[in-house]
Amino acid sequence: MSTLYQVLTPEGELATNLDGQLDQATMVKMFENMLLVRRFDRKSIILQRQGRMGTYAPFEGQEASQVGSAMALSPGDWLFPTYRDHAASIVHGQSMARVFLYWMGHMDGSISPSHLNIMPQCVPIATQMIHAVGTAWASKLKGEKKVSLAYFGDGATSEGDFHEALNFAGVFKTPTIFLCQNNGYAISVPFSQQSASKTIAQRAAAYDIPGVRVDGNDVFAVFMTIRQAIDRAKAGEGPTLIEAVTYRYGAHTTADDPKKYRDQENVSEEWRRERDPIQRLRVYLEKQGLWTEAWENERLASFGEKIDAALAEAESYPKSRPEDMFKHVYAEPTWMAAEQEKELAQPVKKEGIPA
Amino acid sequence: MKRKLTMIQAITEAMDQKMAEDSRTMLLGEDIGVNGGVFRATENLLQKYGPNRVVDTPLAESGIIGAAIGLAMNGMIPVVEIQFLAFIYPGFEQIVSHAARMRYRTRGHYNVPLVVRTPYGAGIRGPELHAESVESFFAHVPGLKVVVPSNPYDAKGLLIAAMEDPDPVIFLEPTKLYRAFKEEVPEEMYREPIGKAKVVREGNDLSIFAWGAMLRVADDAAKQIEREQGISCEVVDLRTIYPLDRDTIVSSVKKTGRAMVVHEAHKTMGVGAEIISVINDEALIYLKAPVKRVTGFDVPVPQFSIEDDYMPTPSRVMNGILETVTY
Repeated sequence: MSTLYQVLTPEGELATNLDGQLDQATMVKMFENMLLVRRFDRKSIILQRQGRMGTYAPFEGQEASQVGSAMALSPGDWLFPTYRDHAASIVHGQSMARVFLYWMGHMDGSISPSHLNIMPQCVPIATQMIHAVGTAWASKLKGEKKVSLAYFGDGATSEGDFHEALNFAGVFKTPTIFLCQNNGYAISVPFSQQSASKTIAQRAAAYDIPGVRVDGNDVFAVFMTIRQAIDRAKAGEGPTLIEAVTYRYGAHTTADDPKKYRDQENVSEEWRRERDPIQRLRVYLEKQGLWTEAWENERLASFGEKIDAALAEAESYPKSRPEDMFKHVYAEPTWMAAEQEKELAQPVKKEGIPA
Repeated sequence: MKRKLTMIQAITEAMDQKMAEDSRTMLLGEDIGVNGGVFRATENLLQKYGPNRVVDTPLAESGIIGAAIGLAMNGMIPVVEIQFLAFIYPGFEQIVSHAARMRYRTRGHYNVPLVVRTPYGAGIRGPELHAESVESFFAHVPGLKVVVPSNPYDAKGLLIAAMEDPDPVIFLEPTKLYRAFKEEVPEEMYREPIGKAKVVREGNDLSIFAWGAMLRVADDAAKQIEREQGISCEVVDLRTIYPLDRDTIVSSVKKTGRAMVVHEAHKTMGVGAEIISVINDEALIYLKAPVKRVTGFDVPVPQFSIEDDYMPTPSRVMNGILETVTY
């Protein structure tokens, strides 16, 4: 499990036989999805810089892990993203306008499309992993063939909830897939300082569940690994821990400066050469006669338009109103909140102290 | 035929009947299955409903509550037992950051119909950290409801209501009362409303607000002082800590003109302060004396050999009553 499972090498060569597990249409869709979400990500950073969005957590570099995993899901499956996994949410069916709304601080930014189960992006670390045990457990009890996929980072593996989730999932054999995107850093702390474990996948042994270490910049490998885990889960064989080794190319958030803790210049040069998940698929597709520069430019232009349309939709979406903060705290509002709401927009009266 | 139950029997019956009625209901906790719970609240339920619905979980409070949140979001009605209230803290983040916020964050698309039951309070000679009263931790979190029964009848009716509530309910069970007395409890299912206090003793000179194990302490003091000194106290069982039943509190204070809160929790920043604030907002001009608090002290709950001295006693309550009526 300490070996890194790779299907597509950085040079764009197949390292293993695909055995018919991936058709060309899926490969092209993977490429398109990665182009789309990268463009979305870069656009979001610009929007934050322009003051049109709040603090934003970029995912550039992790496209293969997120796109490959989300594409392996079925619509009924449950998705538990963190604040860096909106690429996965978008690929699973969340609208880009909704994701924009979230980062614009809108109250409606965490609503799942009603036919899907896309959870609000989790802000505390590792806490969502155990929810994905619960939803999967309920699916199992109800006899539904649905999996719950929890995303988390390398930092999350130090949290108690990481352990509790894997332990519960192992004990109750829930159809949960734990996908760790090991992007090397928990904000500034490198994984070497996060843990003495050489890999995250090896932790699975402690829970007697399968652990797989996969090249997280290899969209084929991620997709095929998740597919296998889904098949196991749906066959009643329980959870899988997957470590996707990837890299966060940019900052932790738009409020972070990675130059404080790593050599960002060299990293970016090396990353583009060796690790860019889009580049290796581009090379592969070109060799297959499935890629041309003109086609990519045409796709990018089309995605740009889609993203602009989503942005327009988000920016014209009715603004959150102050009274919205009082809605959906409970099924029925408490008297306290109902009265406090009346304090909103009360003009200052012009009355002195009575004589 | 009328039959009498202890509080623990009433609690077991509430879960048993709900489990029988609604197959979505499931129980999770440490030692609740084979062992029937350390206080035997789930006695025989594993045998009756099987291991898929009465689940002996690993020993991990965050895991239990977090998994229950997921279960609740996906159609189940989990009833969690946390072995003692002071063991809940590993699961605190799951309660306040997720259970309490899921409806809010998803704008009502998902809700968390979860009940977290836990024994609480002092008075059973337990080891350290088996006697805390930290209801105010939860009562400060919008999105939660906090319910505390003081007798077998309410325990059954409130627990059934909690299990039918669409939002998360923290259900605090006073350990001291589990087997303290029996009371008539109807055999059929019934609900006591969450958010409604109950006047358990009518009186004219002073209103006493209490809940859980302190209800009886307050009531004993009220009986004794009426008998010995002719002072007539009204005793109100809050039953729900959040949301507070303002109307019952205020109408009682308007009638008596004096008020006292008796709680087992530490005094400072306790629920008593909030009750005083409600009185301040709505009935200040009716007051003939400052509102008195008789509570646990602002010290960690001590070792059991002196825990009775930590808790309010009828004597301390009577002194408080006298101080207030002679102000």
